[in-house]
Amino acid sequence: MTLEQIRALLPLIILVGAAVAIMLGLAVRRNHAFTVAVAVGSLAAAILSLALGPTVATPITPLLRLDGFSVFFSGLILAASLFVAVLSHGYWNRRRTVISEEFYILLLLAAAGSVTLTMAVHFASFFLGLEILSGSLYAMIAYERDRQAAVEAGIKYLVLAGGSSAVLLFGMALVYARTGTLDMAAAAAKLAGALDVLTLAGVAMILVGIGFKLALAPFHLWAADVYEGAPAPTAAYAATVSKGAIFALLVRLAAAMDIQSNPPFQATLAAAAVITMFAGNLLALRQSNLKRLLAYSSIAHMGYLLVAFLAAGTLGRTAVGFYLAAYIITTLGVFAVMIVLSGTERDADRLEDYIGLSRAHPLLAAVFAGMLLSLAGLPLTAGFVGKFYLLAAGVGAHLWVLVAALVISSTISLFYYLRFIAAAYAQPAAPPALPAAVAMPRLARLAIAVLVILLLWLGVYPAAVIRAIQEAVAIGR
Amino acid sequence: MPVSRRGATAVRALALAAMAVELVLAVGAWIYYGRLGAVGAPGAWLVELNWPWIAPLGIRLHLAMDGLSLLMVLLTAFLGLSSVVVSWREITQRVGHFHLHLMLVLAGVVGVFLAVDLFAFYFFWELMLIPMYFLIDLWGHEDRHRAAVKFFLFTQFGGLAMLLGILALYFAHASQTGQYSFDLADLARTNLAPAAAMLMMLGFFLGFAVKLPAFGLHPWLPAAHTQAPTAGSVILAGLLLKTGAYGLLRFAVPLFPEAARQFAPVAMALGVAGILYGAVLAFAQSDLKRLVAYTSISHLGFVLLGVYSFNVLALQGAVMQMLCHGLSTGALFIIAGLLQDRLGTREMGRMGGLWAVAPKMGAAAMVFAMASLGLPGLGNFIGEFLVLLGAFKVNVALTAVATAGLVAATIYSLWLIQRVFFGPSAEPPAMEDLRPHESLVLLAMVAVLLWLGLFPQAVLETSRAAMEYVAGTQVTATAEIPQLSTPGARIKGATPKFMEWTPTLSESTGEILQLRMLGVRIEGATPKFMESIPTKSESTGEILQLGVPRARIEGATPKFMESTPTKSESTEEIPQLSALKAGIEGAPRESRELTPRSEEGSRFRLQLTSGTRLMSFDGCLPVPLSAPWRGRFDHVSRPEFPDVPVARTAGVRPVCGLARPEFPDVPVVCELARPEFPDVMALAVPKGGRR
Repeated sequence: MTLEQIRALLPLIILVGAAVAIMLGLAVRRNHAFTVAVAVGSLAAAILSLALGPTVATPITPLLRLDGFSVFFSGLILAASLFVAVLSHGYWNRRRTVISEEFYILLLLAAAGSVTLTMAVHFASFFLGLEILSGSLYAMIAYERDRQAAVEAGIKYLVLAGGSSAVLLFGMALVYARTGTLDMAAAAAKLAGALDVLTLAGVAMILVGIGFKLALAPFHLWAADVYEGAPAPTAAYAATVSKGAIFALLVRLAAAMDIQSNPPFQATLAAAAVITMFAGNLLALRQSNLKRLLAYSSIAHMGYLLVAFLAAGTLGRTAVGFYLAAYIITTLGVFAVMIVLSGTERDADRLEDYIGLSRAHPLLAAVFAGMLLSLAGLPLTAGFVGKFYLLAAGVGAHLWVLVAALVISSTISLFYYLRFIAAAYAQPAAPPALPAAVAMPRLARLAIAVLVILLLWLGVYPAAVIRAIQEAVAIGR
Repeated sequence: MPVSRRGATAVRALALAAMAVELVLAVGAWIYYGRLGAVGAPGAWLVELNWPWIAPLGIRLHLAMDGLSLLMVLLTAFLGLSSVVVSWREITQRVGHFHLHLMLVLAGVVGVFLAVDLFAFYFFWELMLIPMYFLIDLWGHEDRHRAAVKFFLFTQFGGLAMLLGILALYFAHASQTGQYSFDLADLARTNLAPAAAMLMMLGFFLGFAVKLPAFGLHPWLPAAHTQAPTAGSVILAGLLLKTGAYGLLRFAVPLFPEAARQFAPVAMALGVAGILYGAVLAFAQSDLKRLVAYTSISHLGFVLLGVYSFNVLALQGAVMQMLCHGLSTGALFIIAGLLQDRLGTREMGRMGGLWAVAPKMGAAAMVFAMASLGLPGLGNFIGEFLVLLGAFKVNVALTAVATAGLVAATIYSLWLIQRVFFGPSAEPPAMEDLRPHESLVLLAMVAVLLWLGLFPQAVLETSRAAMEYVAGTQVTATAEIPQLSTPGARIKGATPKFMEWTPTLSESTGEILQLRMLGVRIEGATPKFMESIPTKSESTGEILQLGVPRARIEGATPKFMESTPTKSESTEEIPQLSALKAGIEGAPRESRELTPRSEEGSRFRLQLTSGTRLMSFDGCLPVPLSAPWRGRFDHVSRPEFPDVPVARTAGVRPVCGLARPEFPDVPVVCELARPEFPDVMALAVPKGGRR
């Protein structure tokens, strides 16, 4: 392994090293603040190592490849992990009943798995990354092992993710049987031309496996229960980092295998996109639990992303990149508000918890409203430019049915976002269900402020970000 | 957050000051440009600002003002100021928050009236929604939540439909020219298949018709207007509805002239349906605000009728109607709000006999009711009269039916006054008459309405050029677009003479130059000019398009034109072309050799998309073509020559400059080619000379 390759691998080395260091440290002495500092520091160092890493595409063994594409998505994932780590600090501090330090080990490992996914050019590394990510997520979901809901959610995720991994693996095996290689590009080259039944089944099973992880309809049933049961930081993590990493992998896999130009896959994915958009938005309509609502809305957003994904080309990939960034910032923002409002007993995930929020925390209410408006795609926010980009990609590729579905279903989505915004600004007769005087940790405040700045920056003057993403996805080929 | 009384007053004063400054600026601009004699029309803006915004997508922050925008901004400033004043006493809860949303919605409205980049327009368009939603939802009346959500869902859906239209147009334009731009002037030049243009036009129409609201898309309006706080109703009726009408005038019609003309009967019928429906339903209301809301549907029906009549008379009437409806209906909402504030009800059944206790308010209401019914002497009369006059020329039957709306308006207006201010009182009325600040606002509105009614000329003068532009896009392309076939014609002197030198048909067998003119300005010469258009069969030669705005013809052009080579020379040496150092990919060999004798070392690359009409350029001299497209051409295909792209210019700016060595101050623009002659570029000489 050359020095360049080690430089390219540094983010992973740092993350895994930090996880081991925390584990060893915990054997000596437990200190929550210190653990958080190590986790955040290592995530920041990993981001820095990405920024200072090789500028040319570097293959690292046949398994991984660091290029503009993986740098962008890894950066996004690491930054999101960093925000979750910062927000977790205050959250676990309030939950004194649980030993909190191990959470960060899991978080760092999950981040390492996600980064692996963004770099994967080989089915082995794809599966490895996915399992590292999922394995950590099981534990993160069931982290509050005294709470029945959390354990139930963990088991649910374990069973379903395990099942979907099996399907995925079987699909890979079929592709391997046909091509004799696990390298994505090499396999794609051998498959070029007509696909026979065996490989068709193989690729389809891989897509089903990915669809499970992204909670695309009709494989979306687990999402709401898992989000609801999981602690808020884990739910935030699953909604942002995990989905972002898998989507990045899907984009790279599709670029290698040219999935979008294959009629049967195109039709199937288009159908899945339409169903996903409508299922997510319609199921979210009647939710009065914010976590369940976010679970369904995140399903819908994955459906939106599929539109740009199917549009393919540079425009489509840029749209995917930008929308994922906007989605991650926004979703983190909503979860951040939820996390700082969550008390010692339970998460602030009920509609009642937000009634009159503007009275008790006017700024927090404004952030909450802004983030939801961004999810709805309204101007001044990142979501506006993101949705605009998705539609542009869809129209540019003449995907009229998908674009129409996006328009109609996202109009539906306004209804439930507005419900929570209206609640936040309502003037309640009774005092709010949660104690008004939640002391907000300074770090969480800073994190929220940064998220708001990012939200507005991407919403008002996104030229630089778009240019960066354009470059990143161009190298991704 | 509770705001202290002093803090609340400070907030109100700040908002008042902001709107006062806005009004002073708008009036100042009006007087200033009026004195300059500038008319202001698309392509010849009074003032504009064009900044890069999201360059990778070709989005620019392009704001521009013509007569129409100016009037709309004036209305915005005036009604904005009024709504701050009328909220002074009404809003006591969360005063700072209220004014934040009020100012935001006004900012969005002003942005809508000024943006000529379609992304920027859509941005402002959506920006208006959120604060308006909050104004209704937080400070509205009893059924406000439902009304606010209804408003939001309807307008958001319309907005997204419009966005699809914008994006489709954006990509159609990009695929033809390779230029990614959202600029109105660029997009207006797109050649569209009729079916595609119709679909895109419908997308735009849907967005605007929801806001207007056209009949059938109106269900959000009565609820929203009734439930909103007074200032919200004033802004909704006075401004937000106008953004729909403005959008039709600025975008839906000029961008898709043929499609809009085809669609006109439907739109006019919708307008008339709205006129009657609104009037009849207004009559059936017992809720005062609801009644006024339905009259809005009726009055905006006139606007729709006027816009789609496609003549300057009706268009001018539509603009007048927009302004006067904003004032008179805004005022009626203010009065309704004052009554509700004092009586705690909007039910007309519980009012009556109020003239006795509030004669000032009664008198004011009387004036606005008269305005609403179209009494001569008040502005609304001018608007409705002009619309009907213009529409009569186009469609007698619909106009006749629409006139019935005036009768209905008389009935509901008088009925309103009768029930509220006269008639038996259900309860002994005891209420305060107008307070001084309220009188002031209403008096100002009366004054403006009277002024508009008696001296409408100032306003009509301001909007004329812009409306002529809108109407002009409807004139058949043949009548408006001068084409000149000059196989080596030597042109001496200025415009009129220029025309006379048009060769006869028999001569124009060779290369044909098409000259683009500022269509409107050379009306006198046009007919003759048109005679020389070659028939299709004869125009087999290479066709060059040359855009020459008038300014150049009078100045440098004669000299420029004189040197146009004669036919025999021109195969190889069209001077404009030979200035290109062309490296044309995929083109015939000859075209690759269009290398200039001078200008060595300069580079020009042309990408051909074979089979398509237009080509994209990667670079040009001396300004790279990747530099933002700043042209302002309007392309219209002529029906008889579907394969000859023709252009109508409204003021030309350099796209990419290309100087001829002999005339370094005359940049040339390379622009278009016909698919059969991929090696021939169209040329245009920009107005401004050197870039």
